[in-house]
Amino acid sequence: MEPTANPRERRHRYGMVIDLDRCTGCGACTVACSVENNVPPPPERSTERTGVVWIRVSEAQDPRPAGARSVFVPVPCQQCDDPPCEKVCPQRAVELDPKTGIVAQVAVRCLGCRYCMAACPYHARSFNWFRPEWPDGTAALLNPDVSVRQRGTVEKCSFCAGRLQAAKAKAAAAGSREIDPADYVPACVEACPSRAIVFGDLEDPSSEVARLARESESFRLLPALGTRPKVLYRSVEPWVRASLSQPEVSRG
Amino acid sequence: MDEPLIARGLRRTTLPRFLLWLAPWAALLALGAWAIFLCFAEGLNQTNMDNRFAFGLWIYLDLTVIALGAGAFFTGFLLYVLKRKELRAVVNSAVVLGFLCYSGAILILMVDVGQPLRAWFTFWHPNVHSMLTEVTFCLTCYLLVLAIEYAPVVLRSRKLRDLLSLLVLEHQLHKVMAVFAAVGTFLSFFHQGSLGGLYGVMNGHPFSYRASLGIWPSTFFLFILSAAAAGPSFVLLTTWVVSKLSRKELVKPEVLRFLGKVSGWLLLVYVGAKGVDSLVWLNATSPRAGVSPASFYAYPSFGTWILFLEVVVLGLVPALLLVSERARARTGLLVLASALACCGVALNRFVQTIQTQALPTLPFDAFLSYSPSWQETAAFLFVVAYGVLVYSISFRYLVLFPEERELAKG
Repeated sequence: MEPTANPRERRHRYGMVIDLDRCTGCGACTVACSVENNVPPPPERSTERTGVVWIRVSEAQDPRPAGARSVFVPVPCQQCDDPPCEKVCPQRAVELDPKTGIVAQVAVRCLGCRYCMAACPYHARSFNWFRPEWPDGTAALLNPDVSVRQRGTVEKCSFCAGRLQAAKAKAAAAGSREIDPADYVPACVEACPSRAIVFGDLEDPSSEVARLARESESFRLLPALGTRPKVLYRSVEPWVRASLSQPEVSRG
Repeated sequence: MDEPLIARGLRRTTLPRFLLWLAPWAALLALGAWAIFLCFAEGLNQTNMDNRFAFGLWIYLDLTVIALGAGAFFTGFLLYVLKRKELRAVVNSAVVLGFLCYSGAILILMVDVGQPLRAWFTFWHPNVHSMLTEVTFCLTCYLLVLAIEYAPVVLRSRKLRDLLSLLVLEHQLHKVMAVFAAVGTFLSFFHQGSLGGLYGVMNGHPFSYRASLGIWPSTFFLFILSAAAAGPSFVLLTTWVVSKLSRKELVKPEVLRFLGKVSGWLLLVYVGAKGVDSLVWLNATSPRAGVSPASFYAYPSFGTWILFLEVVVLGLVPALLLVSERARARTGLLVLASALACCGVALNRFVQTIQTQALPTLPFDAFLSYSPSWQETAAFLFVVAYGVLVYSISFRYLVLFPEERELAKG
């Protein structure tokens, strides 16, 4: 059954703008995300490509012949408005919530076929190639608001859905239908020491994220693919904007 | 020793020699079973797939064997629906091959998914927009149809036909076989197409994404056509190989030539459609996604040679050979052209599966390579060994080629 939207409930479109000029590539967002969302530590046998990571930080080089500069690019799930992963999943383990715009991965329904991973152009999804294990005693530190996932399932960034639920619960306890935006901030946004990530409701024109998204320095990764991500990037450097908007394959 | 089990009028090798033939395949099956056990027990970390190369040898194998297994539905369609009676000589073999290809593919798919016990979820809460849902539904239904088509061949075996009730059942099944052939054709069209659609709908990958015709991407139709073209070639090829290995004439040469002719014309249509599709893709679809078409072939591992090999050497050349009556008259050329056609379809599935994932999309990603682990290879060989074993046993004890008896009498 599709969730029926309550007409009295305001629709949101949560998104973020990541300022690449501010990102230092420190990886604090990745660590904070992993702790918040019970992402298992990679086993010894895993490689860079078989561990689970919800927001990876890559480095993009200036493609110009004389270019010696580079930029760090944090890549969480791009929370597309037209997600390629959602339409390919055979058993509706990927759901786009029309009330929040968040693309959810329903781990308990996931078959582990990895079609969503093949379909995602941003490679923002991880498969549990290994049985998740927490070293001695660390299981006690797991976040009780986020369920752990099984071996053989796909997972990805949920915009810290656990925090959204907590914010909703807090608002409900105060007798409100709407959450206080200050109560819902994803872990990566909170952890970034250079405040490179701004999060909020893109539908709210007065929000900082909506204001930044409208600016000419802001752009999306691979916009021509038509996936319409709600994660945007910004940089004052024209080469950053130009090179990150084009698929790599176009350069050959 | 097992003569009472062998159909009357058929000459088969001695049991010890037959067992000697089975032994290496059984060993391969055991090795594959061990690899599959490791994948179930330890998880898919036993493979060399990863978060970037999420599909590997197994998906490629699935697509290829399902395309080759199309010989079953297309032979059935030609025989029961279009009444090409000469194909009665190979239909049993085609059905067994189809059953083996499809059951092998489903078996390996169950190893390939991370949570095989959740496979039924697709039936319980299906995503009707997913090509994989259509594939799952049609594959399951078609395997059932193939099992029903296989049943009369088994029921007609020398011992089972002594049981009157089974003989009656076989007769009744035979009477409705045209219905199953038609149902099988319908199901096959959809799942062969949906397998092509798997890649065609991936708008995140300009290399595999194709413009839609109606609600389906063009690869939907190309996969149907290519499978229908390769299927009869595979039946032809296997019949020839079995004939050589068993040193027996199994069918009249005209039957093989007819299969070659059907395959050739379909392949010619396919190559034409593929050419038009490639032109539209390279000149319109890809530029719209911001991609220069030449860049797909800018990496040395997948240069333009692969497109040439697929469309010309393994597409147009076998098609022209197979449509030529003079070439078909020479068995060597007929078999060579069929082998090329089968290789062409296998290469197409390889390109769709592997090249799609090897090409980077994000500007800071690199071209990726992948080579399967021994466990993936052994699981692949498990399916091959399973196919050879079941086919060999079927060939020994069942009548796969009804003309064989007549041809043996000379």
